[in-house]
Amino acid sequence: MAAVTGVDVATRASSGRAPSAGGPAGRASTTARRVALGVVGLVFAVPIAAMVAFSLRSADGSGHDLNHWLAIVDPENERAYRNLVEGVTNSLVLAVVAALLVLALLVPAMVLVHLRYPRLARPLELVCLVPITVPAIVLVVGLAPVYSVVTRIAGSGAWTLALAYGITVLPYAYRAVQSDLAGTDLRTLTEAARTLGAGWAHIAVSVVVPTLRRGLLAAAFITVAVVLGEFTIASLLNRVTLQTALVQVSRSDPYAAVIFALLALGFAFVLLVVIGRVGTRGPGSSPAVSAGAPPPAGAAAPAAPAAFAAPAPPAPPARKARS
Amino acid sequence: MTATLTAPIDVDRRGGAAVEFRSVVKDFSGHRALDGVSLSLRPGELVAVLGPSGCGKTTALRGLAGLESVTSGSITIDGDDVVGVPTHRRDVGMVFQAYSLFTHLTVLQNVEFGLRMRRVGRTERTSRARSMLELVGLGDLGERYAHQLSGGQQQRVALARALVTRPRVLLLDEPLSALDAKVRVHLRDEIRRIQRELAITTMFVTHDQEEALAVADRVAVMKAGSIEQIGTPEELYREPSSAFVAEFVGTSNRVRAEVVDGRVRLPGCREIEAVGSPADGAVWAWVRPEDVVFTDDPHAIAGIVETVSFRGAVSRTTVRTDPGTVLTLDHRPEVGRPIGAEVLVSFVPAAVAVTPV
Amino acid sequence: MTTVARGAESSTRASSTSGGVDSPRGRRRLPAWWGLTPFALYVLGFLVLPCLLALGTGFVDGDGRFTLDNIAVLGEPSVLRAFGSSALVSGVTAVVGAVLGAVVCWGLTALRPDGLVRGFVDSAASVLAQFGGVMLAFAFTATIGIQGVVTQLLLTRFGVDVFADGVWFYQVPGLLLPYIYFQVPLMVITFMPAVTGLRPQWQEAVATLGGTGWQHFARVVVPVLTPAFVGSLLLLFANAFSSYATAAAIISQGAQIVPLQIRAALVSETVLGRENVAGALALGMVVVMVVLMSLYSVLQRRTERWQR
Repeated sequence: MAAVTGVDVATRASSGRAPSAGGPAGRASTTARRVALGVVGLVFAVPIAAMVAFSLRSADGSGHDLNHWLAIVDPENERAYRNLVEGVTNSLVLAVVAALLVLALLVPAMVLVHLRYPRLARPLELVCLVPITVPAIVLVVGLAPVYSVVTRIAGSGAWTLALAYGITVLPYAYRAVQSDLAGTDLRTLTEAARTLGAGWAHIAVSVVVPTLRRGLLAAAFITVAVVLGEFTIASLLNRVTLQTALVQVSRSDPYAAVIFALLALGFAFVLLVVIGRVGTRGPGSSPAVSAGAPPPAGAAAPAAPAAFAAPAPPAPPARKARS
Repeated sequence: MTATLTAPIDVDRRGGAAVEFRSVVKDFSGHRALDGVSLSLRPGELVAVLGPSGCGKTTALRGLAGLESVTSGSITIDGDDVVGVPTHRRDVGMVFQAYSLFTHLTVLQNVEFGLRMRRVGRTERTSRARSMLELVGLGDLGERYAHQLSGGQQQRVALARALVTRPRVLLLDEPLSALDAKVRVHLRDEIRRIQRELAITTMFVTHDQEEALAVADRVAVMKAGSIEQIGTPEELYREPSSAFVAEFVGTSNRVRAEVVDGRVRLPGCREIEAVGSPADGAVWAWVRPEDVVFTDDPHAIAGIVETVSFRGAVSRTTVRTDPGTVLTLDHRPEVGRPIGAEVLVSFVPAAVAVTPV
Repeated sequence: MTTVARGAESSTRASSTSGGVDSPRGRRRLPAWWGLTPFALYVLGFLVLPCLLALGTGFVDGDGRFTLDNIAVLGEPSVLRAFGSSALVSGVTAVVGAVLGAVVCWGLTALRPDGLVRGFVDSAASVLAQFGGVMLAFAFTATIGIQGVVTQLLLTRFGVDVFADGVWFYQVPGLLLPYIYFQVPLMVITFMPAVTGLRPQWQEAVATLGGTGWQHFARVVVPVLTPAFVGSLLLLFANAFSSYATAAAIISQGAQIVPLQIRAALVSETVLGRENVAGALALGMVVVMVVLMSLYSVLQRRTERWQR
């Protein structure tokens, strides 16, 4: 892909020597660049700072206090936030179910193709990357009739959304597992295990899973991140999730909504750090920008680019197969 | 096809500028890259600056180009001090090690670039660019893009691009280092041929001593920010002024010897002329492999053949002598001895360079 | 399934049986490609089928018969206006986001690639892009909504009423700022590789050839970066065009842009004869996206010609 090639060229071309940017003049443009970054950074900090200030606003609008934050945990307001609690619970359940679903369906397929059907590798990759090109708002139009069937069979609980979410996270989960898969020699490991007498079930548990542990974990975490942030499908299929509940709460209590958004932001940050740690070895690589191979077509949701770019774990150190 | 001159060039050959470095010092934060470098290039001369990585040769070149500033000292081109003059007004042509061709332009457009900067009209631009491409042997590749060319071809284009504006000085920053061995040899001869034809003053930086010797009128050997020795290739080869130069340029055998009355006494040999006038006493004598021979003289040094390496016209044999040293001999393959043979070797240089112990 | 079967036969790896698995007990187990079936069925049911439905339902009416009535809806003034608004919002935010993002990329080149600040900026870009449409809406409501911090600040401190000519925040213009907030990190992520692909040797070569910094920018940087820039621009446009969550959160009623039109079509009671308008709208959207993505891939190919 052009983006990846671009990074390679850059690493080769600027080997060692840092660009002097035209001698003494380079220093001036460096300060200009840093200033530009600083300005943009400040501007981008404004909404977040505004959220914090907003949430600390006192009831009469004049000062600042923690009333809104305290109201969250105040048992008296329990009723008002019931929907939100339901949403959070549903989202957590959805995250887990979707992660399990993806791992249970995608990983065996990927491993099988990798080990047995290498010619299907390309089609599989294509299939897994298609969801990126289909925006959620379009997909949901086609999901509606499918879900009327699903509802008839399995009820209208929120957990059924996991079936749709499994598809939306497919590209990212595929990427995460594929990077791990490409860096190991799973074929040799499984063959070694087989010569030692292990059956396939045993191999799956004691060879495949531990070898791909990093990719599996990364895939799971991305799934959680994407699911927690998803709104379009949940809202248009009339399910209650964290995001839909937040929107509902915001109509009556904007302060609570902002506070939860801040909490979610913090959580996303923590999650990102964890993904970074899990997905890479050694000093943290810059996930978003350096791995930034852009999706081949329009991003489906705001969560797309970062979750997509974040876990591109470099090949783990090659493990020697037992000979 | 190239004949290397053995005599220094005429000083007042027309064309090309005189370049002079005077006590140039360059400090990077905490590290002195150039420590009072003084060097002059005569008009039309090709001077190779040779040294290991980190010796400052590239810094000196970039200082002349204006891509690095200079902490103190002066650099003049034809008498004009260029320190402080921005690069784009220095009228120098530069060939980089790699990756300097503009990938979005064709070969011809690359070569025309400098002419475009100088506002040369389109027809003249194109014709001059085309003839320069002919000169470097790429006449019919004008419409290609950089990535469609081999490494050697790309460097030819870079050369054409640098030369088409008829700069006062040509600067070459390890132009051949990224190329295959065979291409390297062929291209350096080409560069030399073109440089002579245009009689342009040239500074050629390299870490490959064979390349420097083959291509240059004079060679300046640098180490740790200063120049160790400047001279013709022959001078550097036959009369190294220091251990570093003796070991860096070509291969040398380092032999303990003694200077008595201005003549050198090498072990197991008659007395030999010394290069220069060294003081009496213990010295290191630097003997080239071609000056070490097998002999039948029983008073010569005894040893055992360790390795033999056939190189076509010449074979290189290493012999471990009694005191535990290893001597390297270059000789015609026919007179070689097998591995493990006991041999006698002696030194037969006409004169030998020595450095104090 | 034929491809799968062929795959099973052509498998050259160590397993001696073509499809089955050796078992010490000699019992024939399921052929290996059965392992692919669950995944295949899942993808068929929840990806392929919905896609086909999304594209196809526009052509059928409530009783399943072929009709062009739904497609005709795309020609109605309100729908056309929605497409126009979507295009306008997407276009404006794409251009602004692209320019700002390019500036940030340029700024990032001044930082050491492995330095602390760069790492922080990368993480920040990821987090911001991770923000999610709904929470973005909240952030901007808190900033420049009627009760927003900045709105109030401007009002009380500087006497500037941002909403003097009417409250624009909860309508389409209110989408511009949140979208830009999201477009810029996306631009940084997609455009940065092209920027780092600019070789430092070029700047030096231009200088030795007699060109100034400005000429380097105009004759080297701009031509080399333009395809990548336009490509990223298209990506940003597509991203904004198909974005739903922020719009839905900010604009609670109404269908001023295409995704909201789809919402209206899906949520409202079925008007007789208009059951599958959502499908038609989805088709219209996909057509727009396909055109954009073809342009994008054409540009990618041109960029690849140069990037070696």
